[in-house]
Amino acid sequence: MTRYFTKEHEWIQVDGDTATVGITDFAQESLGDITFVELPDAGRAVTAGEAVAVVESVKAASDVYAPVAGTIVEGNAALDAEPELVNTAAETDGWLFKLTLTDAAALGTLLDEAAYKAYIAEL
Amino acid sequence: MSDSNQHDESVDVDGDEIPAILTLPLDGWHRERGARMVEFAGYMMPVQYEGIMAEHLWTRESAGLFDVSHMGQLVVSVEGEDQSAVEATLEALLPADLSILKIGRIRYSLLLDENGGILDDLMVTRWKNGFFVVVNGATKWDDIAHLRENLPDDITLTHRDEHGLLALQGPKAAAALASLGLKPALADIVPVEELSFMQAGPYEWNGIELGVSRSGYSGEDGYEISVPYEGIVEFATALAAHDDVKPIGLGARDSLRLEAGLPLYGHDLSPETDPVSANLTFALSKRRREQGGFMGSDHVLKVLAEGPATLRIGLKLEGRQAAREGAEVYAGDVKVGTVCSGGFAPSLGHPIAMAYVDAAHTAQGTALSIDVRGKKLPATVVPMPFQPTRYYRKGAAK
Repeated sequence: MTRYFTKEHEWIQVDGDTATVGITDFAQESLGDITFVELPDAGRAVTAGEAVAVVESVKAASDVYAPVAGTIVEGNAALDAEPELVNTAAETDGWLFKLTLTDAAALGTLLDEAAYKAYIAEL
Repeated sequence: MSDSNQHDESVDVDGDEIPAILTLPLDGWHRERGARMVEFAGYMMPVQYEGIMAEHLWTRESAGLFDVSHMGQLVVSVEGEDQSAVEATLEALLPADLSILKIGRIRYSLLLDENGGILDDLMVTRWKNGFFVVVNGATKWDDIAHLRENLPDDITLTHRDEHGLLALQGPKAAAALASLGLKPALADIVPVEELSFMQAGPYEWNGIELGVSRSGYSGEDGYEISVPYEGIVEFATALAAHDDVKPIGLGARDSLRLEAGLPLYGHDLSPETDPVSANLTFALSKRRREQGGFMGSDHVLKVLAEGPATLRIGLKLEGRQAAREGAEVYAGDVKVGTVCSGGFAPSLGHPIAMAYVDAAHTAQGTALSIDVRGKKLPATVVPMPFQPTRYYRKGAAK
């Protein structure tokens, strides 16, 4: 399994032709206390860069984009009751949605972990 | 993901943009304590330390120390004991009855334009030798220009731009401030813990002159303290050293004032709104309603007599999804209003909002909905404050 990152602070973990997407620990830290997460419906076809989820903190609502094109399999139902999982476990149990990939080649345009770490070190 | 914070731009009295973002004397002090600094009203200000939720709840349970030094501190005065000329001049610009305002007493009031639109909201205190006026940071340069334009030459407007402003808010604020041993600067001034809500006086601490007001914008008991720049680091450090006091950012200040039902200028108040529509009728003093004679009074008193077309009201939402500024309010399929402030209320555990809504739909208990990204969230009209306020009134049951 391989994990990629975006400059918009999403992570995407690929397992065969499906992938799990969340926001990075850096992102949750900068957003602060998460109070609500709006998740996409299963079956929705999304394009790369499309806003598909919304993470709300006390102060603001922030869009989360699909890192690559695909079809939504499910949103993380655990976040309805416990949106704070995005704070406490952003890169594990606080994942946002799963999708099947329609363009696996596009993963090559994303950052690997080392490149993402170098990117946020500059911010 | 993307963040959509908006920044206010400051404009100086000549209408030129102030070139650089300014820093205030506690800038380094905040950074040492882990604050995240953002630009606000032209200054770098602390938006949060450990997190808005924790800071908000700490202020409701203990005492929070806020740096609000970006706000404008103005003194309007004439030479000598008799300040009646200043009183008359200010009354021409504000709907407050200053004739009954005693020395050391504070009023919430509004600067109005000729159409009754709100230029700013403010606190005015009668001092022995003039009136002390605290205005919003983002509007202070416009306020100064407006006052200069409308004050006769013999009345002096002083911008106390070498004083910072600290707010200490929360149920443990009074004990924490008292523990520092502030000395009343005049014989007839009571100790700080005996000041009533909306009362102020001069004090002294370690050789530093402090203007202490029992007031604030959190809905809690507490103080706002005017401190000269040269003493502000020492004073803030002494306050923050108290076990019950933590520094709190402007993020929690916003969620606290929202729960307390207090409007924020630039969001809930603007030149497009008048005091009656803004649900601030209490700021129109009895004598001023009867006599008028303040800028914009013709329009304001007409709205008061006829009733406003729209009214700022409180809305309670179900679930956890918040409605924010700009979201449209509906009665059935008909748009009846717009949210001016909204967010998750940490002390209440659900989202709340303030909105301007057509007066016909503002009765308590009215079921409305708010459109958030295409979804209609149910919302009910509720009284404000959303969270009970806990101001300190001498002699009143607590």
